[in-house]
Amino acid sequence: MSWVNAIVQGILLGGLYAMYASGLSVAFGVMRLVNLAHGDLAITSAFLASTFVAATSANPFLSLAVLLPAGFLFGIALQKTMFDRLVGLDPSYQIVATFGLSIVIQNVLLERYTADRRALDIGSFGTSSIRISDDVSIGWFPLTRFLVAILVLALLSLFLARTRSGRAFRATSDDPTTARLMGINNRTVYALAMGIAVATVALAGVFNGAQTNFAAADGPLLLIYAFEAVIIGGLGSLWGTLVGGMVLGVAQTVGAQIEPGWTQLIGHLVFLTVLAVRPTGLFGKQALA
Amino acid sequence: MTALLEVEALDARYGQFQALFDITLDVPASAAVAVIGANGAGKSTLLKAIAGQVAISGGDIRFEGRSLRGLADHKRVGLGISLVPEGRRVFPSLSVEENLTIGAHARRPGPWSKPAVLDAFPLLARLAKRSAARLSGGEQQALAIGRALMANPRLLLLDEVSLGLAPVVVKQLYAALPAIREHGTTLMVVEQDINQALAAADHAYCLLEGRVSLAGRPSELSREAITAAYFGMAVEGRQ
Repeated sequence: MSWVNAIVQGILLGGLYAMYASGLSVAFGVMRLVNLAHGDLAITSAFLASTFVAATSANPFLSLAVLLPAGFLFGIALQKTMFDRLVGLDPSYQIVATFGLSIVIQNVLLERYTADRRALDIGSFGTSSIRISDDVSIGWFPLTRFLVAILVLALLSLFLARTRSGRAFRATSDDPTTARLMGINNRTVYALAMGIAVATVALAGVFNGAQTNFAAADGPLLLIYAFEAVIIGGLGSLWGTLVGGMVLGVAQTVGAQIEPGWTQLIGHLVFLTVLAVRPTGLFGKQALA
Repeated sequence: MTALLEVEALDARYGQFQALFDITLDVPASAAVAVIGANGAGKSTLLKAIAGQVAISGGDIRFEGRSLRGLADHKRVGLGISLVPEGRRVFPSLSVEENLTIGAHARRPGPWSKPAVLDAFPLLARLAKRSAARLSGGEQQALAIGRALMANPRLLLLDEVSLGLAPVVVKQLYAALPAIREHGTTLMVVEQDINQALAAADHAYCLLEGRVSLAGRPSELSREAITAAYFGMAVEGRQ
């Protein structure tokens, strides 16, 4: 694998990380809530997709027809029953509560699906590629995943910029107390934001499961990738999140090119460097957009 | 005829601290009522209680004859109660135009629209696309009032409009109030600046340490009575 190819693959991998991170970014932007169970929800989605495939023998991606609306509704339920109690409190409450949720989810998955690793079989779609040159070829699956990530970010961004609900999101992000004076119920906004966050992470979970195998305890690692993408890109910036995902992806694939064992190490080092040199991230700003 | 807003024996507290004691006042429809008082007298708390931002612990607030008890703040704007909060609180990441648009979020019909607001506050007209964070204090205050008008309120609550602004800017802002009243909106103005508030009002209440210390028509209140009610000297003098 050449350097150019490593970079290309890294950029495409970044799409997946951005997909993970977009929901985290929206939830944080709107209500300053960090959900440490974010990655576990992705793994849950992948397992549910595997159950769907086992039951129907259909293409794993068809499970999204169920998982996206289910994730959206689950996110709303999660917000209403649990996260609403955490918003506005000291972050330590959020950390303890969502860390607890993360452990609960991992153990439920372990109970239901055992500790065995699983994968979602997407057939030849997972291996076929477009050959660009002798050294560089682009897989149809990573390319699709990348384009879907851009589509998700574009839709979110249009939603925030152009729609009545999107404006309500931004106003609530700025100042929930004053937003209520405009007739905006911030609790409704929070529920909708968490619905979107869980739906996008469910999508990312299925794409992750189609790329690599997964097990019940993998959630926290995915959470770290999502975090790193958000921090590198800059909190609150959706397109920054895409760039953050790409930087992380390239760091990992280039790291793997240098020495296969360094894949994650180089990614984390790049993240730490950005955090040290530019703590607000590459496109950091206070506002949600 | 019942008043547009009736506050009856209102108590409000922040935890252990009681901010309002037994406040009773009426705001007739189409009136302009000034609430004056020193810092900490409970003026802002009164407006927040009417807008629903502060829970009331005793008494009642009725709007158009209907009790507002238990009605969430975000639902009151739909009834026609809009608060221009202290400190302006424009949405900094939204443009001027978007701030106005979000003011109409409750979709209450009425005479106010973006052109009408820009007409009342001409200084905003050329700033439509600018981020609200990049406005001067006076521009932000005009925007905050315009944003509240977009909800077509029957009752507009103005909290410390003049705070931190140059006198010439305050004058401009107050100059817009008659036009707002002409559209049938009732005003309730809270100010520390007594002269400004009394000039704009036809009823006045003075608060002192959470209680009504004086009430009447501005023209009928003597300067001495106002000073006494404002600083609480009459209370001491009587003892």
